Amino acid sequence: MSAPQSLTPPPSSRVPAGRLRSIRVKAAWVPVLAAVVILVGMLIAAQLYFGRFITPRIVSSLFVDNAYLIVLAAGMTFVILSGGIDLSVGAVMAFTGMLCAKLLVSGVPTLVVVPTVIVAGALFGLIIGVMVHFFNVQPFIASLAGMFLARGLSFVVSLQAIQVKDPVILGLQSVKLGTYEWYLTPTVTIALLVIVVAAWILGYTRFGRTVYAIGGNENSTRLMGLPVARAKVLVYVISGISAAIAGLVFTSYTAAGYSLNGIGTELDAIAAVVIGGTLLTGGSGYAIGSLIGVLVYGVIKVSITFLGAESSWTRITIGGLLLAFVVVQRVIVRRAGRR
Amino acid sequence: MSRILRSRVIWPIAALLALVVLNTISRPTFLSITVRNGELYGSLIDILRNSAPLMLVALGMCLVIATRGIDLSVGAQMAISGAVSLTIIADSPAPNSMGTVAIAILAGVALTLVLGLWNGFLVSVIGIQPIIATLVLMLAGRGIALLITGGFITTITSTPYAVMARGYVVGFPFAFLVSASAVAIVSLLVRRTALGVLTEAVGINPAASRLAGVRSRGIVWSLYGLSGLLAGVAGILYSSNIMAADANNAGINIELDAILAVVLGGTSLAGGKFTLAGTVVGVFIIQTLTSTITFLGVPPSVTPVFKAIVVIIVCLSQSDRVRSGLRRLRPPKPLAIATAIDSTSSTSGSAA
Repeated sequence: MSAPQSLTPPPSSRVPAGRLRSIRVKAAWVPVLAAVVILVGMLIAAQLYFGRFITPRIVSSLFVDNAYLIVLAAGMTFVILSGGIDLSVGAVMAFTGMLCAKLLVSGVPTLVVVPTVIVAGALFGLIIGVMVHFFNVQPFIASLAGMFLARGLSFVVSLQAIQVKDPVILGLQSVKLGTYEWYLTPTVTIALLVIVVAAWILGYTRFGRTVYAIGGNENSTRLMGLPVARAKVLVYVISGISAAIAGLVFTSYTAAGYSLNGIGTELDAIAAVVIGGTLLTGGSGYAIGSLIGVLVYGVIKVSITFLGAESSWTRITIGGLLLAFVVVQRVIVRRAGRR
Repeated sequence: MSRILRSRVIWPIAALLALVVLNTISRPTFLSITVRNGELYGSLIDILRNSAPLMLVALGMCLVIATRGIDLSVGAQMAISGAVSLTIIADSPAPNSMGTVAIAILAGVALTLVLGLWNGFLVSVIGIQPIIATLVLMLAGRGIALLITGGFITTITSTPYAVMARGYVVGFPFAFLVSASAVAIVSLLVRRTALGVLTEAVGINPAASRLAGVRSRGIVWSLYGLSGLLAGVAGILYSSNIMAADANNAGINIELDAILAVVLGGTSLAGGKFTLAGTVVGVFIIQTLTSTITFLGVPPSVTPVFKAIVVIIVCLSQSDRVRSGLRRLRPPKPLAIATAIDSTSSTSGSAA
């Protein structure tokens, strides 16, 4: 799996000439813009077909129902940008949700539970990251082991679903900010905050730029003297943390922890990130794009419910869309390689 | 030759034997095989029979991995082939006739062969990474299977179909005979023709093998097809065992078990050299492990924890860092002693 060069080098934050900078940014933004076009096109098509689609209620629920996925996709963006993949996020989300529910039921105060859960997620990421970087295990296999471990451990926590009655966790979902029609829940606020933080880290910190560099060419990055080891482990830790946050969000969304939650969610997250314009070979993409990708996923899901079709069509459509995007990426990369 | 065989397959066999010994100690009846009406029964026979679907899938997976690829869609393909053949049988007026069952099985397996070739097309012609190319079908495949069954779990009663998983032929379970003959055919195909060598060439260095005139595209393409075909047969066996097409649960996580079996058997995930014998042993290890865990009374849903631990241990033992670390530990360290003598002589040099 030789990683071909990405279409454009990620824009350096210190390119002096303003015009040059804007051109470069545009080239890397093309896939993201394509995702925006698809999203808008789907919204318009749905509006025309169903008559009443772009309503405040549906648009709000688009964010509310997919808040956990937005968080997961933000973390996944880091991993994919570095040229890796993290299959463990769905299972880690289930495990952290279980852990959260179990601790809350055992009477541990919420202020202790939330940090504990996030640390647990980070630990999973750390294990995977160390395996990937220091032992040269393929990201796919290392995160698979993490997925097994998290899924099995969540059953160790409890075989049955645990109901959550903690007012703070439930409040994340039930409190509605805004008007009756346009509303945000705290979970959505958290999700959007995660995206903003992710975008800031990726665009404006040394660590973020190192992640892009690693995705572009790991060897060059190492030769440049950038801290490859730290960044490579850290992307998996970040993915683990975001999986833990997603676990909290999902727990408040369903008001329960359950070990079978989030089976296949890792695939949804990967699909969302790729549809959002992040190159699977790493090195090019944006956190905002992943948000768009999740919204595309959400619109497909809602449309299929509206059509009254089998919910299995969601997966098929997402699979098809993922394929289309990957093929297009492949063509772009190949053309860039020829140049 | 014997040395190569030893170094590669000896550890998996040792692990399998250790598991068998553990089982025999905890329940002495483990090794006993009884004969009733000319049919064999016993824990070992159960393991042989239950391992059949995994064996088929792992065989295909081993060859795909040898080309530096991976096939994540095998579980979904199992669900599809089961769904197709059971839907055909359920819709037919004569579910008990041999003809219906034969058509149903052929249709199911033919469809997964096509799906396997589709994977191969994406990987070898379009050039998408194998993980992603097969991920697409893994995502969409279960949806397709659900569409075929109409969202329900199709159940049937068909005597000839039930024979697949539960029947016996000349004393052995039919499913075991299917997997054994698949192993035999694939081994002959791979080791008695040039296919095996060419596959390894493609896996070791795709560019060099292409320059040497190996048609890597065709080889990779057909091996994904083979993987699909075998997954289809596995799906038939699975659905015959429960006599139902469960699109959501058929072959769930089997891709992970298959990859694990291949890796346990000593085939590196980096591609290249592969060993079918090791894969067979790996499958038996996993099946024995599963039945041991069930016997010990651990809830089956906790099984992934054990598998995760096995995966981590195996992967770490394959990594260069650990290997070189072990190598440094193992020999009598002439170099270390020399430096030690050096340092002592330099410190006590003045005294001497």
